[in-house]
Amino acid sequence: MLVSIYRYNPEKDDAPYMQDYQIELPEGKDLMVLDVLNLLKAQDPSISYRRSCREGVCGSDGMNMSGKNGLACITPVSEALKNGKLILRPLPGLPVVRDLVIDMGQFYKQYEKIRPYLINDAPAPAIERLQSPEEREKLDGLYECILCACCSTACPSFWWNPDKFVGPSGLLQAYRFLADSRDTATQERLSGLDDPFSVFRCHGIMNCVNVCPKGLNPTKAIGNIRTMLLQRAT
Amino acid sequence: MVTQITSFGRSGLYDWMMQRMSALVLSLYTVFIIGYLLLNPDLTYTQWNALFEATWMRVFSLMVLLSIGVHSWIGLWSISTDYIKATGPRFFFQSVCGLAMFVYIVWGVQVIWGL
Repeated sequence: MLVSIYRYNPEKDDAPYMQDYQIELPEGKDLMVLDVLNLLKAQDPSISYRRSCREGVCGSDGMNMSGKNGLACITPVSEALKNGKLILRPLPGLPVVRDLVIDMGQFYKQYEKIRPYLINDAPAPAIERLQSPEEREKLDGLYECILCACCSTACPSFWWNPDKFVGPSGLLQAYRFLADSRDTATQERLSGLDDPFSVFRCHGIMNCVNVCPKGLNPTKAIGNIRTMLLQRAT
Repeated sequence: MVTQITSFGRSGLYDWMMQRMSALVLSLYTVFIIGYLLLNPDLTYTQWNALFEATWMRVFSLMVLLSIGVHSWIGLWSISTDYIKATGPRFFFQSVCGLAMFVYIVWGVQVIWGL
């Protein structure tokens, strides 16, 4: 099988380039893309990529596989092949550190901006802040995000304004805290989002939903934030 | 929070609402005009003229004109902030768009109200 990998080492290369590798895969097995990368790494130890848990939990190995963002560890080669070729590039829109490794600084800055932690001014109870099963259920589909950045780096609005638009991942988390019955900073959180960029730069093209490896729906969360902003204003 | 003085209403929610409200007015007008043309296959100039002479039609058309202005300003402002990163060219583009919309609105009012 032919694998084409984006290569760039800023210490040696003037510009990024694609390098082709030929690899024999074991028959009768549909390996994951990360397995292929590991086999290639044995051939050429200079290939750089992030990986950790190899089971879709840590979110380290987000990359662009034949044009679609996803996690290499849970994407079968058969799904990622395009015309018999596997094309691997770093997640688009963020600076490349080396090969498939990107600088996630801007992504984390946006995550930090939405204050991804519970804010509650009331004195802490002796044991814990209780929630009803219904209140807890509202967090389903929100808390599962692993911050792999596949969604935000698939979003053109995030590509054009990564410093101003929070991005699908950050907004999913913003809604996770807006929807939390234990959080008391709802108004402050909404005030921080009511500008022309943070939320409203989303045009609902749903690239984020299309690529999320955890099957989450940031577009729906963004819609809910808009509804909350509208309810607050009317 | 990001503040942008050149957006329409300074609040993202306000811009978003105006975008949707103006889109609704434009859709209604389009459906009405298409419906009118389909229901009147033998349309004459006198009939067409009478339609635009009616005060309600003038008000409706004025609403459409203002909606086009608002809708296109918000849309083009968004596009320019996406694609034109240098402040000078972006400001120039936005100024040209703003001026063009102003001229269209003034001109349109003159045409619709026969001033």
